[in-house]
Amino acid sequence: MAETPQKPSFHQKFFEKNSLILTLGVVVTISIGGLVEIAPLFYLNSTIEEVEGVRPYTPLELLGRQIYLREGCYNCHSQMIRPLRDEVERYGHYSLAAESMYDRPFQWGSKRTGPDLARVGGRYSDEWHRDHLIHPQSVVPESIMPPYAFLQDAVLDYSTISAHLRVNQFLGVPYSDEAIENARADLEAQVDEFSSGYDDLIARYPGAQIRNFDGNSAVITEMDALIAYLQVLGTMVDFSTYSPEAPENQR
Amino acid sequence: MSHATAMPVKSSGLDGMLIGLICILGAFWSLMAAARGVDPQMVAHGWLMLGGFIIGLVLVVNAYSANGRVEEAGLYHDNVIKAGAIATIFWAIIGLSVGVIIALQLAFPNELYFSEAGFLNFGRLRPVHTSAVVFAFGGNALIATSFYVVQRTSRARLAGGLWPWFVFWGYQFFIIIAASGYVMGVTQAQEYAEPEWYADIWLTIVWVAYLLVFLGTLWKRKEPHIYVANWFYLAFIVTIAVLHLVNNLSIPVDPFGSFSYRVFSGVQNALTQWWYGHNAVGFFLTAGFLGIMYYFIPKRVNRPIYSYRLSIVHFWTLIFIYIWAGPHHLHYTALPEWAQTLGMTFSIMLWMPSWGGMINGLMTLSGAWDKLRTDPVVRMLVVSVAFYGMSTFEGPLMSIRSVNALSHYTDWTIGHVHSGALGWVGMISFGAIYCMVPWLWKKKGMWSRALIEWHFWLATLGILLYIAAMWPSGITQGLMWRAYNDLGFLEYSFIETVEAMHPYYIIRAGGGLLFLSGAIVMAFNMYKTITGDVSETEDVVTPQPRAIPAE
Repeated sequence: MAETPQKPSFHQKFFEKNSLILTLGVVVTISIGGLVEIAPLFYLNSTIEEVEGVRPYTPLELLGRQIYLREGCYNCHSQMIRPLRDEVERYGHYSLAAESMYDRPFQWGSKRTGPDLARVGGRYSDEWHRDHLIHPQSVVPESIMPPYAFLQDAVLDYSTISAHLRVNQFLGVPYSDEAIENARADLEAQVDEFSSGYDDLIARYPGAQIRNFDGNSAVITEMDALIAYLQVLGTMVDFSTYSPEAPENQR
Repeated sequence: MSHATAMPVKSSGLDGMLIGLICILGAFWSLMAAARGVDPQMVAHGWLMLGGFIIGLVLVVNAYSANGRVEEAGLYHDNVIKAGAIATIFWAIIGLSVGVIIALQLAFPNELYFSEAGFLNFGRLRPVHTSAVVFAFGGNALIATSFYVVQRTSRARLAGGLWPWFVFWGYQFFIIIAASGYVMGVTQAQEYAEPEWYADIWLTIVWVAYLLVFLGTLWKRKEPHIYVANWFYLAFIVTIAVLHLVNNLSIPVDPFGSFSYRVFSGVQNALTQWWYGHNAVGFFLTAGFLGIMYYFIPKRVNRPIYSYRLSIVHFWTLIFIYIWAGPHHLHYTALPEWAQTLGMTFSIMLWMPSWGGMINGLMTLSGAWDKLRTDPVVRMLVVSVAFYGMSTFEGPLMSIRSVNALSHYTDWTIGHVHSGALGWVGMISFGAIYCMVPWLWKKKGMWSRALIEWHFWLATLGILLYIAAMWPSGITQGLMWRAYNDLGFLEYSFIETVEAMHPYYIIRAGGGLLFLSGAIVMAFNMYKTITGDVSETEDVVTPQPRAIPAE
């Protein structure tokens, strides 16, 4: 080290002689940026605004979301519409923070090998989704999406659904004790329009879509759950009445 | 280890007992998971981990012969580094191969997907590729070189007796749990933080052991000063520990279930994740590999570091500024704008320390530039630093909001990442291993210098094809998404933009294949060097000074 001065510098005497002081120096240096950026998000009202219509996922949607995570859909699909003219025209109203407030993990994504899915709910019929998931090229010939035909035969395992809701409740998602108790019943009710649990489900999850999603009423499949999740994406907030300038959205 | 190089050591046996205890507790939990797992993935992982812990226990017991523990002779503990060098190239080939496969899937989807074999779909294999390359290949390169460098620059043997071996095997075990999990669909679905909660806990144990072995070796040092490469390694180890712990805070649905929920949700989750994600780049893929640069470049060209003062400035400014840069991954999202702006500002500032480091690395060649022509390993190291300079210029550019509006969500990001990962991380790791192999196995040089040349050109050409495909692909995508026709409507449907990517995806797969071939050539050269006769080789490395125990 050609430039080493004759008299040992502060750095040489202090950090280079004591590994614990060096370690401490690193910890302090890297903590500042993280604390300044992350900590405020937990108490700033503008970040944690509540918007009318946003509700926790139904048990079926929640397990559909598990399948979305399990298959790694986030590797190719984002769920975050930016407030840019072309995106808003292509995908719909830009995404609000509140729309992913119950998402653990968030699925904003970082790559659009396929289109954004933040508002895919209600855009296509269940039949379209089913055909598309079984064989994407049958409905979009140029698509490069992999096939998910196995979902239609995979029986949905919802034996632990109450535990899923309970963990979410513990983390602050407003699932009532009653919702946890009836998680199984609610899940089964959502795929059956004529079920006796219809009214309870709607009361607990306003606006929930209730029907058989995969066209096979004999058994609840992973296809049912995934389509139920895709059909709810981006539909919770009513943008015909939502106004970003309204006082309740300015907090 | 042969008897000629072995020596019995006085050991309290505490290291073996503690590692054995970890294996027994781990085996117990794994058995419970295998027996009571609430999902099939947990049961499968239970059996897998049970097998791993039993093998671990056998290895620990085996380390003690009738006369106590036997260790390799000499001042330094090098066997674990030899294992690390082999693991590095092994995982490089796995990770690059999976990369080529998924690149081909995007280019030829009709041929390479099988409708009933969902586990081979892009979504499940892509995390195998990223984790195998970043954590398995990169991680093993970092652990092996850091163990090498900290011993040589401290003139002390690795601390902890059996613990370095625990770090090595524990880390391979983590990789196997993580990768097998992705294929089975066990994932946290957060990029570069996909391993589920039990894999995360295991990595935490391994990482604490790694930190203690590293610090313990520094405490035993015979040199008065801690060498600059070790500052970078230490910052890498400490910061990755902090990032890993905070970003993986989660609660499992069941103590024997493979799924968990994040403690943070939505916006908070997004910022924590990209604070983690960007600093995995900053501290894993940058600070750690700068440690390699600061040791192996001066060693290989036999010149001192260009500027000591620049090293100090480089180090502290780099680690201070990097940690702020994460929010540039979230431009125009629901993250508050002040956080996006802070992230962008610091990302642009980051350009300066990055280039300071690049200059420090490149100028170390002052007076030895001729080696660029004669020594392919030096060329590899220098090209690597040049790619570092290029991607650390491109990164700040892409972090500018208006540029990001175009580049985000497109292949431009993928091109950027690969110019860093293949160019910087890949090349400097290969260069370091080409230096270390002859030193570790006490050979005159690598078996064939011509094959190193081949590797260099295959890899360089591969990277150029890759980025030459991904930049235009990304910019085309971004421009097509925002194109309007004369009537004021969006000009292209989404699927038209997918179609337009097809030729670029083929070129990209070709680039990946070239880079992979280079790594296979290297593996062959390593095999011949380790097992063969290298007395005729043209690749003559400066031998390391003989280590003389200080006692």
